[in-house]
Amino acid sequence: MTKPLAFACLALLPALAWSAARAAQDAEYERPYRVENGKVDQATFNGYRRYGNSCLQCHGPDGSGSSYAPNLTDSLKHMTHEQFNYVVINGRQNVTASQQNVMPSFGHVEDVVMYLDDIYAYLKARSDGVLGRGRPERLPR
Amino acid sequence: MEMLRRAALALVLATAAGGASANPDLLRLQRDPNQWVMANGNYSSWRYSELNQITRENVATLRPVWQFSTGVLRGHEGGPLVIGEVMYIHTPFPNKVFALDLNNPGRVIWRYEPTQDPSVIGVMCCDTVNRGPAYGDGKIILSQADTTLVALDAKTGKELWKVKNGDPAKGETSTMSPLVVGDKVLVGISGGEYGIRGHVTAYSLADGKLVWRAHSVGPDNEILFDPQKTTHLGQPVGANSSLKTWEGDQWKIGGGATWGWLSYDPDLNLVYYGSGNPGTWNPSQRPGDNKWSMTIFARDASTGMARWVYQMTPHDEWDYDGVNEMILVDNLQVGNQRIAKALVHFDRNGFGYTLNRENGQLLVAQKFDPAVNWATHVDMETGRPQVVKEFSTRAGGEDKNTQNICPAALGTKDQQPAAYSPRTGMFYVPTNHVCMDYEPFRVSYTAGQPFIGATLSMYPPKGSDNLGNFIAWDAGQGKILWSKPERFSVWSGALATAGDIAFYGTLEGHLKAVDVRDGKELFSYRTPSGIIGNINTFTHRGKQYVAVMSGVGGWAGIGMAAGLTGESEGLGAVGAYKSLADYTQLGGVLTVFAVPN
Repeated sequence: MTKPLAFACLALLPALAWSAARAAQDAEYERPYRVENGKVDQATFNGYRRYGNSCLQCHGPDGSGSSYAPNLTDSLKHMTHEQFNYVVINGRQNVTASQQNVMPSFGHVEDVVMYLDDIYAYLKARSDGVLGRGRPERLPR
Repeated sequence: MEMLRRAALALVLATAAGGASANPDLLRLQRDPNQWVMANGNYSSWRYSELNQITRENVATLRPVWQFSTGVLRGHEGGPLVIGEVMYIHTPFPNKVFALDLNNPGRVIWRYEPTQDPSVIGVMCCDTVNRGPAYGDGKIILSQADTTLVALDAKTGKELWKVKNGDPAKGETSTMSPLVVGDKVLVGISGGEYGIRGHVTAYSLADGKLVWRAHSVGPDNEILFDPQKTTHLGQPVGANSSLKTWEGDQWKIGGGATWGWLSYDPDLNLVYYGSGNPGTWNPSQRPGDNKWSMTIFARDASTGMARWVYQMTPHDEWDYDGVNEMILVDNLQVGNQRIAKALVHFDRNGFGYTLNRENGQLLVAQKFDPAVNWATHVDMETGRPQVVKEFSTRAGGEDKNTQNICPAALGTKDQQPAAYSPRTGMFYVPTNHVCMDYEPFRVSYTAGQPFIGATLSMYPPKGSDNLGNFIAWDAGQGKILWSKPERFSVWSGALATAGDIAFYGTLEGHLKAVDVRDGKELFSYRTPSGIIGNINTFTHRGKQYVAVMSGVGGWAGIGMAAGLTGESEGLGAVGAYKSLADYTQLGGVLTVFAVPN
């Protein structure tokens, strides 16, 4: 190994470390939950409850959908965290002759906006199949 | 003598026409079995017909004779009206109304589709259902999702007047069927999951002008209570009977939505209905009895003043709304008393109540599903349910998951109205057989946003693999006569007829007829989608027909579309845990049946 090459390799190291950290951060952002033996971290548990308050009456128990709102465990298979946030905050409408789907905007609702990442974490855990239906148990703090 | 009789008759008619409360036309029409002029058949909410062409013997040959698609794919609650030779049907949001020609089945005489801001859909708690319009004085009166009450000319569909009954920006919406009483139309409001304050309002049938409004909770002058004359179980309620059961000004977001059914006794001139859950579902956030949520009201139809009230579930901890229909029956034998004027009510809380509807005296309160466990019984002196601590979500407190409460929040019975047959003296009741876990937690109130504060899981009672029953009930004794299990909750309004059969629909989409004597199934036909609508019957050119809307949805469409929790727990067996989606899909179709000639 020639010196210049070794030097070049050394120079690359911080960049590699940076990109690995970035990848980990991205993964953490897209999968912000911790599930161990069916038990969840506090944030994910809080997401379960906030979901129950603000989302369940349309999207059904456990994010499983209803006759008038989509199954979110399916939706989050092809939606990013960013897109999820966008729709919850701004709402969206899909009103045609055969369907009238209206997601209200939750941008000004304290109990949703403050815990948006928690709600996402819960639903993403459900969507990824790592968390079953019903009330999850909490991991010890 | 004949002259004298005619003169007397003319006098009676003149008085009736001039009187504020009588509507002789409707009083007569609601007794005519050939038509179906109000949602629950008559003012007493019997859902019964004297027609007897369809009988125990021939009902098996019943066949669909024509169908009509509404073009809307949401939960179709309520049912058709039939006035003369025209049938009126309605849809969930966008709340279309069709006038259909019975002489040329399915031909549309007129259609009406209101323009509504679709954002109202987002504040309707449990699908965009509507339980249908009312008829009176040549008008069809529709209560739209956005709380606009509109009167249409029954002949042309032309708008005659419109009035706004609430504000969807605050979570106020409408799902209920109004009731025409005399020269007024009465309507309530939905939004119990949004911290609204419920009310029933009377508008002038002629021009939509507000006549009176009675809130469920609040100061005496807003709930139209007279502290001395309004009674609870025979005792005057006293001043501030609602306010003093709330902490601070929590009554302002106190709920008591009035989204159920209205009944009317023309002799007493009293209108009867129930109120829904108080404020948030988290009981710890609203200490007190939360009066007058979860209450049966008897109000003077002319003034709105409350004659008597009875609170069934003080300080609700389970979302057992008291809005189900009030069935008015006469000469009911209760023990050794004969009650000239009784009221029978199947509450979400699982108790079947019988009261004296003249004075609100409590006569019977018994469980109409043996699975009911949240209370042991109702104390007949105080009228209070004796709550079992194990199933008290208040005793459990915030952030504690209280398990195995029966019934679930959707109640042993929801709004789907029961039928009463004066021939048998029995009630035929569509019921749910579902239990729940309930965990309350703290929430903040934002106008127009969900104000729930509890998470729920629902599943069948231990040892059961059916989620519903269709039962016959003896309201004098408070006993189940027979009970026919159904795979899913029975979410359709029943019909009883003089052919001694009772009809109901299932969530899979079957229209069924059973023998009133024993519940034996005599007929079943699978309509295109799950039935949450109410069945009616009428004649056209002398022939009896039966009609029902199918189109699954409503609260039955939530959870059951996804199946209940507990699939993996192996509690029961066949089918009960399978998702409703395996049996039916969305729809919106009217089906009219007849026995072939």
